[in-house]
Amino acid sequence: MAHTGDHYYVPHGSHWPIVACVALTVGVVGAANWFNGNVSGQMILLVGLAMIAFMMFGWFGAVINESLKGLYNEQVDRSFRQGMMWFIFSEVMFFAAFFGALFYARILSVPWLLGADFSTHEYLWQGFGESWPTNGPGDVGGAFSTIGAWGIPAINTLLLLTSGVTITLSHWALKANDQSKTVLWLIATVVLGSVFLGFQAYEYVHAYRDLNLTLGSGIYGSTFFMLTGFHGLHVTLGTIMLIVITIRAAKGHFSPEKHFAFEGVAWYWHFVDVVWLGLFIFVYVL
Amino acid sequence: MSTATATHDDHHDHGPAKGLMRWVTTTNHKDIGTLYLLFALVMFFVGGAMAMVIRAELFQPGMQVVDPQFFNSMTTVHALVMIFGAVMPAFTGLANWLIPMMIGAPDMALPRMNNFSFWILPFAFTLLLSTFFMAGGGPAAGWTLYPPLSLQMGDGFPFMIFALHLAGISSIMGSINIVVTILNMRAPGMTLMKMPLFVWTWLITAYLLIATMPVLAGAITMLLTDKFAGTSFFSAAGGGDPVMYQHIFWFFGHPEVYILILPAFGIISAIVPTFARKPLFGYSSMVYATASIAFLSFIVWAHHMFTVGMPVVAELFFMYATMMIAVPTGVKVFNWVSTMWKGAMTFETPMLFAIGFIIMFTIGGFSGLMLAIAPADFQYHDTYFVVAHFHYVLVTGAVYSIMAAAYYWLPKWTGNMYDEKLGKMHFWISTISVNVLFFPQHFLGLAGMPRRIPDYAVQFTDWNVISSVGGFVFGVSQLMFAYIVFKCIRGGDKATDQVWEGAKGLEWTLPSPPPYHTFTEAPQVK
Repeated sequence: MAHTGDHYYVPHGSHWPIVACVALTVGVVGAANWFNGNVSGQMILLVGLAMIAFMMFGWFGAVINESLKGLYNEQVDRSFRQGMMWFIFSEVMFFAAFFGALFYARILSVPWLLGADFSTHEYLWQGFGESWPTNGPGDVGGAFSTIGAWGIPAINTLLLLTSGVTITLSHWALKANDQSKTVLWLIATVVLGSVFLGFQAYEYVHAYRDLNLTLGSGIYGSTFFMLTGFHGLHVTLGTIMLIVITIRAAKGHFSPEKHFAFEGVAWYWHFVDVVWLGLFIFVYVL
Repeated sequence: MSTATATHDDHHDHGPAKGLMRWVTTTNHKDIGTLYLLFALVMFFVGGAMAMVIRAELFQPGMQVVDPQFFNSMTTVHALVMIFGAVMPAFTGLANWLIPMMIGAPDMALPRMNNFSFWILPFAFTLLLSTFFMAGGGPAAGWTLYPPLSLQMGDGFPFMIFALHLAGISSIMGSINIVVTILNMRAPGMTLMKMPLFVWTWLITAYLLIATMPVLAGAITMLLTDKFAGTSFFSAAGGGDPVMYQHIFWFFGHPEVYILILPAFGIISAIVPTFARKPLFGYSSMVYATASIAFLSFIVWAHHMFTVGMPVVAELFFMYATMMIAVPTGVKVFNWVSTMWKGAMTFETPMLFAIGFIIMFTIGGFSGLMLAIAPADFQYHDTYFVVAHFHYVLVTGAVYSIMAAAYYWLPKWTGNMYDEKLGKMHFWISTISVNVLFFPQHFLGLAGMPRRIPDYAVQFTDWNVISSVGGFVFGVSQLMFAYIVFKCIRGGDKATDQVWEGAKGLEWTLPSPPPYHTFTEAPQVK
């Protein structure tokens, strides 16, 4: 039942949520089996991921169609915006857990292992004298070197900051109803995001091959790879979202007044940008 | 759906779809509310059955019924099921049913996501319970999943972690929906400070959920990578720290316990004025008290870890911060009592449960205050005193408020009055037995009986026998509740629109039962 104009809008039922539930469940059952060392796990995980992709195509497609038909009024638009903001807030808190782990290790637990305040050092880990970066008194994962801040990471910072500018330029063009400029700046943003991801992948290979810096390199490797890894995952998702809205912009889906999808993606992109700044400062520089 | 035709889209005011698919594809807040509440009821009995196993094993010293490993998974999964499967979905179900009707909205703001957030839950709990049938059995390290113990779980480990991830996704989406509904869907004139307190408490609860569930997701992801990907977050050999897990977990965990109680405050604040026939005393102070409790909940987490070996300054900070929570909570209890003061009171079942809540929740609050005293906590920590404390706030607190809400709003939802005589019986049997069940656990804890053990020294026998007897009676008497609910759904005396003489608020202006779609035109609130 669709009410537009002064009326409320309540969408009709949909089978996509239940498809999403099944897809997610298949995915996690696959992942769990894989972790447990069952050979079938990876296959089930792939099936689950394919189902999730199918579901997203279908669900987002349905919403886009309804939006193009003009079913959504201003109130629905506001609901979408607020929903997206709260979602980004929840993502911030997810990263906060990992930043919290990093700060806890650097400020509290590693100094404690080194002998500050507590006697752990004396009784359990005598001879441990290595402050940050460290893989702990057990030398977990073997000796490693770290990646300097002023090489690729600094370039990556510039790339992401520039992409924040290009997406804003695209937004200005959209508001000025200049479709070709909108698409052009969006493509520039996608390219910058992709180059960032390429550098990041190169850096990971370098870390594993040449520096012996791995996920298993004690607390340094754990925090380094989990933080940059989850960030990279979010950049990947953000880039896919950017590609989607680039195609939609080229198809003329957005008007200067109504373009929630564009703004939602832009906010998300700024969010991954800000997280990166935190990473650059606390993981690489300091 | 993209295949839907324009005529279907323009079809106004249709009723529910036919058959089972109605429930699977529904976007209606009342349907989804019903689904949440029924799911919570089922999980309440699943978790309850586990509690019965625990009390049966503790009925006498020595090992009788189950082996220790299974006993430990009973305590663990009982907690996970009751928290994430029973109490939270029950509150979300109440939010779904009531918030749109209370603020004059036609539905939730994001109805399809609403459906999604419900339907993940059955999948999540199937995954969680399936771990019992895997090599190594179900989770047995306690619901807090402290490493390194939790990492010793068998094949079920990743399934349990992912089940919690799914439940967390459900909570986050449900909460985003509730916040957006409250902030964006209120009828004209329904200003924030005119909202019923249930709406206010849920707004703040949803904020807490969005802020903390992702932190839990982060913590259990670290557990997962510590076990399978070679990370060292919680291993001192690699420079990490098992205590770090406890900090991250309780940064989620303490707001979580307020997530389990704030909506209860909202329910009690709705019921007490109705049956005292007086407006709520100190409405705005209730709002500010709720917000203060929410703020404080973020800075008290380490009071769960007083014995873990923290710097003294941290012990002191968390002790004083925790004690401050007594102030806004005291404001609430004071306001409820003042609302009843000189009121024309009647004692229908919802009111009985509400008064039971106020008295017994306060008992749980006081024992919490005792536990907040760091030096005293060294004695109480991880004893049955803690178990008694949190069951007073969660069973006679959260669960009692849900029962009160069910009796209070069932006539509105079904159009039928429940059986008042049976309802009162249910209240009295529950209230007597629940005190027989949990009060002796205070004594056991003070005498030194540790929690999470399948066997105990003979000196603890008497109070354990009494506690178990209370437990069995309480458990069985909840079947009465299920019977009363289903009897009420099937029929009974017809309820009026207002249902209760003293009931105020938009939901009572609607017919009982309300039509499938309500407030498709916004009501004016003066």
